[in-house]
Amino acid sequence: MTTLTRETAYLEETADRPTAGTDLLDALESEAVHIIREVVAELERPVLLFSGGKDSVVMLHLAAKAVWPARVPFPVMHVDTGHNFPEVLAFRDATVERLGVELVVASVQDYLDDGRLRERADGTRNPLQTLPLLDAIEEHRFDGVFGGGRRDEDKARAKERVVSLRDAFGQWDPKNQRPELWRLYNTRHRPGEHVRVFPLSNWTELDIWRYIAREGIELPELYYAHEREVFERDGMLLSPGPWTTPRKGEEVTTRTVRYRTVGDMSCTGAVLSEARDVDAVIAEVAATTITERGATRADDRISEAAMEDRKKEGYF
Amino acid sequence: MSTATQHPTTPAATAYPSPSLLRLATAGSVDDGKSTLVGRLLHDTKSVLADQMAAVEQASRRRGWTGELADLALLTDGLRAEREQGITIDVAYRYFATARRSFILADCPGHVQYTRNTVTGASTADVVVVLVDARNGVVEQTRRHLAVIGLLRAPHVVVALNKIDLVEDAEAVHAGVSADVAALARTFGIEDVRVVPVSALLGDNVVERSSRTPWYAGPTLLELLETLPAESEVDEPLRFPVQLVIRPQQGAVDPAFVDYRGYAGHVASGAVSVGDEVVVSPSGLRTTVTGIDRGGVSVERAEAPLSVTLRLADQLDISRGDLIAGAAEAPHPVQQAEAVLCWLAEAPLVPGARVLVKHGTRTVRARVTALHERLDVAAMEVVPVTGGAELNDLVRVSLTLAEPLPLEDYALSRDGGSLLVVDPHDGTTLAAGMVGAELRV
Repeated sequence: MTTLTRETAYLEETADRPTAGTDLLDALESEAVHIIREVVAELERPVLLFSGGKDSVVMLHLAAKAVWPARVPFPVMHVDTGHNFPEVLAFRDATVERLGVELVVASVQDYLDDGRLRERADGTRNPLQTLPLLDAIEEHRFDGVFGGGRRDEDKARAKERVVSLRDAFGQWDPKNQRPELWRLYNTRHRPGEHVRVFPLSNWTELDIWRYIAREGIELPELYYAHEREVFERDGMLLSPGPWTTPRKGEEVTTRTVRYRTVGDMSCTGAVLSEARDVDAVIAEVAATTITERGATRADDRISEAAMEDRKKEGYF
Repeated sequence: MSTATQHPTTPAATAYPSPSLLRLATAGSVDDGKSTLVGRLLHDTKSVLADQMAAVEQASRRRGWTGELADLALLTDGLRAEREQGITIDVAYRYFATARRSFILADCPGHVQYTRNTVTGASTADVVVVLVDARNGVVEQTRRHLAVIGLLRAPHVVVALNKIDLVEDAEAVHAGVSADVAALARTFGIEDVRVVPVSALLGDNVVERSSRTPWYAGPTLLELLETLPAESEVDEPLRFPVQLVIRPQQGAVDPAFVDYRGYAGHVASGAVSVGDEVVVSPSGLRTTVTGIDRGGVSVERAEAPLSVTLRLADQLDISRGDLIAGAAEAPHPVQQAEAVLCWLAEAPLVPGARVLVKHGTRTVRARVTALHERLDVAAMEVVPVTGGAELNDLVRVSLTLAEPLPLEDYALSRDGGSLLVVDPHDGTTLAAGMVGAELRV
């Protein structure tokens, strides 16, 4: 062991104390509010993608703070796979009602019913959301689409700009993105193109939960531990329902679980958890050893580039 | 039923302390071991979770990796083309945290043709980490990186002297590189630069102190990153670019606010308190701050980089694009300016080009009236411009603006001195500009 210099001795003394500086949540909140305000000011028809999932709930909360005491001046849109957790749908409607914002629903089920889309062999409907999403953007002439994507979620998302151009076909070209410098966001685009905007780009799952705690933000109950009938498939705990019937040998048992993400019910898994309130969830997330998507999303396990390929086509 | 949005809780409640934030960027090429260093930082701070690590181990084996640990470089290459070609094409953002701090890392590819990536990463960085291969010492690319970082004025530079396990006399190499780097830092106006001897592959001095470098008494790379002061614009004059005028009228969340009028923006630099006298640019009108709102909570004071809404004593004609500044230190709007541009577009810049300039929250029409000299990054020479400027060129130009902008010297204010040059036809970002900057070699 080398002799400690004064500098290294200081480092060891202060190892578990935060370094002075702007509080992380204040910095992240201010950055997101800044981004949201730029879009409100520069674009004509923004829309915010809102599923009732925690990231979209936080994003809508930030939008409300950005324009307070005015109401959120743009609609929210839910791209509905038809495989919903009923409590999330109820939460979505209550939130929209409380904030007095307009809700646009783009329904995957409608597309399946009239043959514009067909069910996939694996039954998951997440990749099917792209077409109804792009059609709704075109129909409503939305030019700025807020998404709750975070760069820590996936390798392809890590390369995405905060303000990210989509061509007239809704496609993302990852190799030809605009450089994004300082705090100067470029929302300009040609007619028919639009921009996707990710105010939560720099947030991690843990930041989201700390912010939910700090702000007292309400979430759908299934984010907290509860008793639920589940069965195991591919290492994930799925909830039996009309779209996810246990196969032979898949035993249904009642476990104490919570959801880390909330999406299409047929491919979103629960995790075993005793975290019944926000503080317990923060402790759990801080100690986790598996990523959010790895633990809960069957569709992201398909290949190394599953997300990149979906995003190029116009997915969230 | 939550009413959090209508009646938000007090921000920064002490019940939920969160760490401070440091933004860092890395510069260097694959050959310097940059991706391995970033992978090592993520791995050794336990920011890589089990399923990510398993995926990387699997991919390493598929690609014939025989090392003890997985190929950590694979942690950071996110796009299909990057994995196929084994190169990093675009800036990737990574997140890790220690008990002291949370980090946002902009991982910038370093090839010469990707100067635009280094510029992008350095523009928001508190600290830039530059990779130097101990076997090669300071090379042309190091000079190029330091020139760009100096131009972008990142407050701190840390040179990670990598692969020290592969050189005979690491202490002498460290001393030599430290001297070379110090000389370059003086040339490029970099005020704070340190050299840390590391082995990204083996982990020496990245997070854990190395037994291989008993002659090195300084901190490890992570210890430095944990303790370097983050950039603070709080001590600079108040600058508050107005983003939106908030006047809800009948669209208020509560009838009590139908007459509310506030100016939403972020404190780009300095601080503002209730009772402060401010001046509005470009009108020059003066007024007093009567209230500061943070998403429904009234506060007495706000400092950079917070987003707030200001209420003012007088009903003035203020709109998006105006700048609210401290009464004593307001900037002067100008219509002529000189700036160094980093040209980011495939199409060349030619004298007389008609463009848009975005500065703060205002976008105006402009012409690039003259191109003076450019930095030839291959030869590291400043040469007069003949003809136009190409992709990745750093070029000093004269701009004429259709409307006055409160431009400041980039050396004095990163926020007030930075601008984007945008194509008026298709909206492409053409260049990043630094007002009043000089090209140096």
